[in-house]
Amino acid sequence: MAVPAAGVVIATGAISLHHAAAEAARLGPVIAFLAAVLVLAQLCDDEGLFHACGAWMARKAAGSSRRLLVQVFAVASLITAVLSLDATVVLLTPVVFATAARLGARAKPHVYACTHLSNTASLLLPVSNLTNLLAFAASGLSFTRFAALMVLPWLAAIGAEYVVIRRFFATDLDAGAQAPPTPEPREVPVFALATVACTLVGFVVTSVFGINPAWAATAGAAVLAGRALAQRRSTPTAIVRAAALPFCAFVLALGIVVRAVVDNGLADALGHIVPDSTGLPALLGIAALAAVLANVINNLPAVLVLLPLTAPTGPGAVLAVLLGVNIGPNLTYAGSLATLLWRRIVREHDTDVDLGEFTRLGALAVPTALLLAVVALWVSLHVIGG
Amino acid sequence: MTVIAWIVEGTWAACVDAARTHAPEDTDIVLLHVTGSDVPGAAHGAYAGLLGRARPERDPGTEVENLAAAAGEHLLGAAAERLGRPCTRIERRGRIEREVVAAVEGADLLILARDGDRTHLGPRSLGPASRFIVDHAPCPILLIWPEETPSTETIPPPPHHPHHR
Repeated sequence: MAVPAAGVVIATGAISLHHAAAEAARLGPVIAFLAAVLVLAQLCDDEGLFHACGAWMARKAAGSSRRLLVQVFAVASLITAVLSLDATVVLLTPVVFATAARLGARAKPHVYACTHLSNTASLLLPVSNLTNLLAFAASGLSFTRFAALMVLPWLAAIGAEYVVIRRFFATDLDAGAQAPPTPEPREVPVFALATVACTLVGFVVTSVFGINPAWAATAGAAVLAGRALAQRRSTPTAIVRAAALPFCAFVLALGIVVRAVVDNGLADALGHIVPDSTGLPALLGIAALAAVLANVINNLPAVLVLLPLTAPTGPGAVLAVLLGVNIGPNLTYAGSLATLLWRRIVREHDTDVDLGEFTRLGALAVPTALLLAVVALWVSLHVIGG
Repeated sequence: MTVIAWIVEGTWAACVDAARTHAPEDTDIVLLHVTGSDVPGAAHGAYAGLLGRARPERDPGTEVENLAAAAGEHLLGAAAERLGRPCTRIERRGRIEREVVAAVEGADLLILARDGDRTHLGPRSLGPASRFIVDHAPCPILLIWPEETPSTETIPPPPHHPHHR
């Protein structure tokens, strides 16, 4: 739907061809980066990385539901940060459910933790979330500087989620886990882990030499793809599918549509309410505005709208937008009211989802995590410097 | 006579043991497990929140639904094995507390375990779902402590009223 819409805004002159081309040129490398990370995550799954995470969590939990929650937090936070939120939602969530079920523990706290962390723990690296990739390109920060500024907010937000989820699901966690984990052969996917580690080092090295870190992600994906193809465990078609090209086209088109909307008055309308400093109250204001916008129209369009308005203020303001658009979606089931209305998800799946419980959890977790993360960002900006 | 034991992750073994101890020989014992729709629902919602990934076959909620169905069956199997008597297994899906209340209509006894704070006697020993079931069940209930019953010393002292001095 976004692709024809982009055609319409160009055809009607809502955005000049020149602006549309500039937007496409800006988004191109970001989308290539995204595709590389999606392929990397899928190939890690094919190598058995997520299955191994499940086995590790079951072993370390040692029959305790509360310990399992700690393992889930550790794994989901790291997977989200390194392999992006898509990996946590699509690949890790079923593994977490299966692990909890195998231990005889109630799966609810662990699955909810997974879904919440896919948003909250996506603050750390530019690759963790598409919103970060977009902001990273706009902020002018290096990969390492981005990560250095975001590590404290990342930890603060995860800590807040942990306290809230542990208290919220106290009953389910108290019920304990009964089944002793069935001993499984320890299969550590060494190759996949080594490739991911080398990719992370690659992010740092490329950023030191001023090269686009997308190349490191592409190299990592290429290494795993080469191995999977050589061992005939994957096909070129499957790898191209993992790159989610229709999704990439969607992001490009969305970028052009949003640019047209911003150029045609939204910039002036919102420009008055976006704070233009990086003091603590201004950062809080920006993050809150971003969180509200993310909950109304989804975080992807929200970040596209807010980036041109905050980028002139500096990296601090851009990172505050990210705190809002990444943590905010936990407030609403399906990430935003717009998604819920457009897609009628609850009815689509014919399930009786308890929206009240979901919203209560979000109402506790989101403001807490957002407040602590913004304060942590403010501290980071002072210590490291924006 | 029909006795229904509600089988829940974490506390089910005690309910099975109670059914074996308290149900007479000729009783129809029913093991009831409800797979909540909330957990697959959370996964569906998280995927829906990823704007633009329009590939329904990637929706983790569907996989979680299938895993949940298998886990429920496995749990009922383990419970039936522990019971060691002929029994009927019932698996339902939906909102857990509502499904349990609907399933026990007409039963002679429902056995369920306390699943809140089990270190103290008191109202907090019931979690939200069991509280709803205890309050709404249309049949007699046997409410058990899944582990050792806390001592009466765990009841807080009565409130102190200064004007009684």
